[in-house]
Amino acid sequence: MTPQGTLAAERALLPESGRGLPPPKTLRELLGLLFGSAPVLWRCDKGNGTERSGKQSTETKMRTIHVNRIRDSVAAMCKRANFELSADMRVALRTAAELETAPLARNTLLRILQNADVAQARELPMCQDTGLAVLFVEIGQEVRITGGTLRDAIDEGVRQGYTEGYLRASVSADPIRRGNTGDNTPAVIHTEVVAGNRLRLQMLAKGGGCENMSRFKMLTPADGREGITNFVVETATLAGPNACPPIVVGVGIGGTFEYSALLSKKSLLRPIGQRSSLAHVAALEDEILAKINASGIGPQGYGGKTTSLAVHIEAGACHVASLPVSVNIECHAHRHQETIL
Amino acid sequence: MGLQVELPLTPEAARQLHAGDEVELSGSVYTGRDQACARMVQMLQHGATLPVDLAGQLIYFVGPSPARPGQVVGSAGPTTSDRMNRYMPALLERGLRGFIGKGYLDRMVKETLVRYRGVYFGAIGRTGALLSLSIEEAKVIAFPELLSEAIHQMKLSQFPVVVLNDSHGGDLYAKVSAQAT
Repeated sequence: MTPQGTLAAERALLPESGRGLPPPKTLRELLGLLFGSAPVLWRCDKGNGTERSGKQSTETKMRTIHVNRIRDSVAAMCKRANFELSADMRVALRTAAELETAPLARNTLLRILQNADVAQARELPMCQDTGLAVLFVEIGQEVRITGGTLRDAIDEGVRQGYTEGYLRASVSADPIRRGNTGDNTPAVIHTEVVAGNRLRLQMLAKGGGCENMSRFKMLTPADGREGITNFVVETATLAGPNACPPIVVGVGIGGTFEYSALLSKKSLLRPIGQRSSLAHVAALEDEILAKINASGIGPQGYGGKTTSLAVHIEAGACHVASLPVSVNIECHAHRHQETIL
Repeated sequence: MGLQVELPLTPEAARQLHAGDEVELSGSVYTGRDQACARMVQMLQHGATLPVDLAGQLIYFVGPSPARPGQVVGSAGPTTSDRMNRYMPALLERGLRGFIGKGYLDRMVKETLVRYRGVYFGAIGRTGALLSLSIEEAKVIAFPELLSEAIHQMKLSQFPVVVLNDSHGGDLYAKVSAQAT
């Protein structure tokens, strides 16, 4: 995801503690430094028969991965994302319910948790909008995909997952003529080539209601921190009940016009409440979250303390003249999954 | 447990509802969302007869997920109402009593609701699994080619909602934002 050109700039953003270390050689090492506090990000599934030739990911052996494994993983993620509320969200919602004093706010959060129990027990999707499948794929440069194309494997996985799981088809092939493709394909796919011989699949089943409330603005450097804060808070407030609060707010700051949007979506892949490892970015996350929750919009817009469960910011290098900011809103179902092959 | 309300909603029953009330609805509703509402308004503009008689009825803005074999319906929670803003005045004029959805309405729709003594009910978004347990029957009755967006007739049983906009001009979301400022 991160273009090579921005690595140096991102290194410059590393916390003081990271600067004394030798410069990271690979993106994985860099991310390890950035997200050192979050081992889950680089957790590898055990027992999948993968052999690694050494400790350094740059010395790994070539591996082949058949498209069927990708297809099956995607199908399983589509179903799991829709049937099971993730553990991080469950904790966040439970904590929020305990904080709410207004009966309507508390009852709404309890109903959301009850909904998750019903969904899991009956293999019913938590929401009828089972989302557009957005796949982030990190492909180790020592990986060779066999048996077909990555695009076809992912779309076939989505097709199978959504059909077998009785999940709703929610994709129009043509944004102007509309209609419905009938099997929830095609997926939106973002690929990135990284070091190593693994293939990492991260999936969001992105709902339309919250996606519709997302916004972009090209600020100027003079707008700075305050401008960013105001724009993000304004976006969350305008979204109000439409985005199914309590929401998760993904923010991409920097990059270019299109890259800031990608950063905002990518920030949603982080476990809920995992703060940025950059101190000044984490402080901004906290400040924006407090301001959004001071709006009083509350669960489902019925009033209360919990309008947002978390604000996640990803920052990237940008042009000296620019300050692009994208805000990608996620509802309280926040369906995210990860598999490493 | 909310106030029990039978559907179709009579004008008398509608009058007794106030923004912020927790209510459980039982009885028949029609579903419709973007495409179905657009088509119905287009039909009215061309003087055609609607596939359903909306007089005194509620429309539930929902596109359910497919039912598993043996199930009545899949997940079936509300979609965001504001996408239907432009269609609602024409349907309210034709006798629609109100609708079930989530999220903000524009001012014109709210004014039309008051004019026709209609009610806007909110169901909790993204709780479609739980809400599906309060749906006893569901069948497609018009526009089947729209798949989940087809018009269904549903029989609700103690379906939990909150009154968002009442027939007197009461507005829960407006009250919440007034309290915050």
